[in-house]
Amino acid sequence: MAGRVEGKVAFITGAARGQGRAHALRLAEEGADIIAIDIEEQVEEVPYPTAKAEDLQETVRQVEALDRRIVAETADVRDLGTLKSVLEKGVAELGRLDIVAANAGVDIVGPWHSMTPEIVRTTIDINLIGVWNTVMASLPHILDGGRGGSIILTSSANGLKAGPFNMAYNMSKYGVTGMAKSFAMELAKDNIRVNSVHPGGVDTPMVEGIMGVPDSGFAKGSEENPNLTGMFTQWIPGMMPPREISNAILFLASDESTWITGHALAVDGGLSQY
Amino acid sequence: MAGRVEGKVAFITGAARGQGRSHALRLAEEGADIIAVDLCDDIPNVAYSSATEEDLAETVRQVEALDRRIIARKADVRDRDAMKAVIDEGVAELGKLDIVVANAGICVIAGWDETSVEVWDQTISTNLTGVWNTVQLTAPHLIAAGGGSMILTSSAAGLKGLPFLTAYVAAKHGVVGLMRAFATELAEHSIRVNTLHPTGVNTPMADPRTMEKFGPLLEAHPKLGPMMTNLLPVESTEPRDQSNAVLFLASDEARYVTSMEFTVDAGNTQY
Repeated sequence: MAGRVEGKVAFITGAARGQGRAHALRLAEEGADIIAIDIEEQVEEVPYPTAKAEDLQETVRQVEALDRRIVAETADVRDLGTLKSVLEKGVAELGRLDIVAANAGVDIVGPWHSMTPEIVRTTIDINLIGVWNTVMASLPHILDGGRGGSIILTSSANGLKAGPFNMAYNMSKYGVTGMAKSFAMELAKDNIRVNSVHPGGVDTPMVEGIMGVPDSGFAKGSEENPNLTGMFTQWIPGMMPPREISNAILFLASDESTWITGHALAVDGGLSQY
Repeated sequence: MAGRVEGKVAFITGAARGQGRSHALRLAEEGADIIAVDLCDDIPNVAYSSATEEDLAETVRQVEALDRRIIARKADVRDRDAMKAVIDEGVAELGKLDIVVANAGICVIAGWDETSVEVWDQTISTNLTGVWNTVQLTAPHLIAAGGGSMILTSSAAGLKGLPFLTAYVAAKHGVVGLMRAFATELAEHSIRVNTLHPTGVNTPMADPRTMEKFGPLLEAHPKLGPMMTNLLPVESTEPRDQSNAVLFLASDEARYVTSMEFTVDAGNTQY
């Protein structure tokens, strides 16, 4: 049986590990070839370890084990020029571009007064402008194909409802929600759909790096302002595996969602409704 | 100095006490005459005492003490004939109608599995259909007056789900839809329609007997308790806090504000 995205090519940012790797594998399982990027240097201001070159190599290994092709390069979503050259290379090699999963992001948490201009700038540069760069670098290739396409922007439950002690991240993720709708309206005439996905708590190295440390910004904020701690409640308890988000990405990437655009799809166990 | 709604006439439902009385007084203080209705009768299934005719008479007394006119009648928002009669009588007497405050509502606290058909029906018919009756029956008078402002009392529970209030949450969310629909169609008549979303308000409805109903339910479902949290350090607002928002929306200060959800909720809906 043909896969649900058989023969398509997907560009995925932040693909070395976590949700990005899960998206690469899920789409590859269903027949897509992959263009993957991630960074290899530690990102400044981020207190948890960011992805390494070996992580991206592991994604390559796992995609190839599924008998799909993958072009993987080191690139920072803040660098539009590099994104463009990676896509030139990837599309030259794999022949087309249909799907974009703008997934790369960081989350630097803490109470409002701990947010520095550098934290805010880094977060907005990666999570918001980085997503815009990703879409802008991809669009010429999707348009060239003339077949339309599907772009999925990873926002967050916090892109629908602000979370406590997460100022810069909330700002960036609300921006992504608005960006999806803006691109969706203008690109609909070219049969390109643009939607946002809003994860709740996902079991990834990023979240482990935020939640799993005793002196995290969340712990500091909760100590100072315990009134807000109930806001971390998710209807469905626990951390979901990254594959839960990948299933939503796959659906939005596939032709099963041909008439869905400008939609904000929450996969958050109810976090944004609490 | 002229009041902020000087010379206007306001129709207010549920005006015998609580938020409704407070709205009547606040608007009267700023120069409006009032047409007031209330059920003034026993409401089945609610944990708190129902408003009485004496309560409504007290509203009349307090409005008149402000040197404003008031027509107050006993009427059920579910009874369209009774509502129409009061509205027509009030407008005949006071000359016109500019402001509508659809405030009457009931609240029954129960788990989803303990909510009876009767509670569902009475909540939807009072809190939602009653608001529709109020708006549809008053709109012709506002059109005749050349425009006006309608304020529909929804709730924090009209913007987000709150536990143990299925019928109430459904009705109050419905009020938002009603507001949006009317705002589109009535705009051509310069009639503005907005919703008010209070958090807890210190009224007879929020009697300790009402709030006690939450106790065992929250004990059984402790995860849901924090959803009631206000961001601001206040458990319960005062009726006048809500009336100040009603006054703003009723006045010409808000003349281009329509189809808006106005939260006076101490941040509850953002929690």
